[in-house]
Amino acid sequence: MRIRHCGDGMLLVEFAHAIDPLVNERIIVLARRIRERRAQGIQDVAPGYCTLGVHFDPLQTDLAALEHAIEVDSADLDAISQVPERTAVEIPVRYGGKWGPDLDAVAAYAGCSAADVIARHMARTYRVYMLGFVPGFAYMGRVDPSIAMARHRVPRERVASGSVGIAGEQTGVYPIESPGGWQVIGWTAIAMFDARRTPPNLVAPGDCVRFVREEGSGA
Amino acid sequence: MTAGFLTIVRPGLLTTIQDRGRFGHQAAGVPVAGPMDMFSHRLANQLVANDANAATLEITLIGPEIAVDVEIAVAITGAYFEVWCDDRLVPMSTSITIRRGQRLRFGKRIQGARAYLAVAGGVQTPVVLGSRATHLVCRMGGHEGRGLVAGDQLPILAGSRPGPTRKAVGFVLPTSGRARLRVVPGPQADWFHADAMRAVSGVSFRISPRSNRMGYRLEGPPLARLSGAELISEPVGMGAIQVPGAGEPILLMADRQTAGGYPKIGHVISADLPLAAQLAPGEFIEFATCTRQEALAALIARERQLLRYSALKDAS
Repeated sequence: MRIRHCGDGMLLVEFAHAIDPLVNERIIVLARRIRERRAQGIQDVAPGYCTLGVHFDPLQTDLAALEHAIEVDSADLDAISQVPERTAVEIPVRYGGKWGPDLDAVAAYAGCSAADVIARHMARTYRVYMLGFVPGFAYMGRVDPSIAMARHRVPRERVASGSVGIAGEQTGVYPIESPGGWQVIGWTAIAMFDARRTPPNLVAPGDCVRFVREEGSGA
Repeated sequence: MTAGFLTIVRPGLLTTIQDRGRFGHQAAGVPVAGPMDMFSHRLANQLVANDANAATLEITLIGPEIAVDVEIAVAITGAYFEVWCDDRLVPMSTSITIRRGQRLRFGKRIQGARAYLAVAGGVQTPVVLGSRATHLVCRMGGHEGRGLVAGDQLPILAGSRPGPTRKAVGFVLPTSGRARLRVVPGPQADWFHADAMRAVSGVSFRISPRSNRMGYRLEGPPLARLSGAELISEPVGMGAIQVPGAGEPILLMADRQTAGGYPKIGHVISADLPLAAQLAPGEFIEFATCTRQEALAALIARERQLLRYSALKDAS
């Protein structure tokens, strides 16, 4: 564990530079501990894959005390040696056709049928590592390496809200229409983010997600 | 108690509603937004005796024309414009009273890029996730999540009578097309040549036309990385200077995303971000390294300036 200063209003707590469920689990536990301290000046605690961002108001924060608190709260994180089982959130998907314009390209990349791509995408339970890009966009992994196609070299100017995509070994759902480069293989009607809900995001870091075929969808 | 409206007659180039920002939801990927120039936003609020978090209008390069249907105190800070209340030129950085039926019209811009218009009590648009700040890309907050257009009506309060005139004497923030920004090393400073930051100190970077509230793309000498290693996406903050593969840095501003995957060579200090906010595309930035102690001292100096203005309630 290492604490880095990002300017005068943010600390970045770094763990092993890896996309690893256990490292990510430790980050999420640390995030919860720091939030629960409710220390003066802390504005936001945001987990990444293997880093934790702690945003603070430099004029309201005792920085030395904050750094010390992070060290104390990190001391026993290595004792977390497995990721707890969690119930998976199911996301119903309409795969292929107009709902998944890149499904055939991913099949060609994988050298298999579109049906195989769908089966492999649905076969795994994914971990939500972090949210970012736009509100409610969950970076999930890991995708079966055989269908882990890289993102488009030139991103699309518009990807529809609800699009389910693959980018390397990550998968995700676009919560709002936005530019984006992920390989879109399907679409979900479920709202990943709604500012009127509490919490607004359907999934949070550490959650498990499974994609299931939407009832009645042909593909 | 909503008592009146600001009616947008002409919106200007880009006018958005901003409070201090939407904190507490970055873990859900919700960007902070808020004013580009926090200092001028707070000063405007202070001049009309508002809380620092009250929503102001951020006015970009070309100002709006606004009709007011109740008597209300307003103050304009940040970029210097010629501003007219009907046919009377109004002073900047000073609280003024607008009467029912009068219009506030922004004319020629003299210096700086972004002005802040505060009204007593603050603009009363709906609060989304704890904030009224507009985030344009996410279409969140402000008035329907977008820049203002002609015909928009923004609710304001009218309970409080305008108080005594307040004036921020000697306020100087806007610069003339060029600013020197102090920088502390970023979390990946060691991904660059040891003297990369020193080498760019004093070099002029031009703010690209493809810059916006999310970030400024900087045209200048490319910053070569030592290796082609890939960074795993991590949380980022305002002021970060991230360097994509091509070596053209991007200074992250108010509407930045919550996380990013490019290495950060440095961070512009909080005290100097308002200077960056007062620059327009085509204008120039120079960087100068400093220590974290200097960064904090500079921020305290800015805070003292604000406190001094809050004590001034004298007539102009």
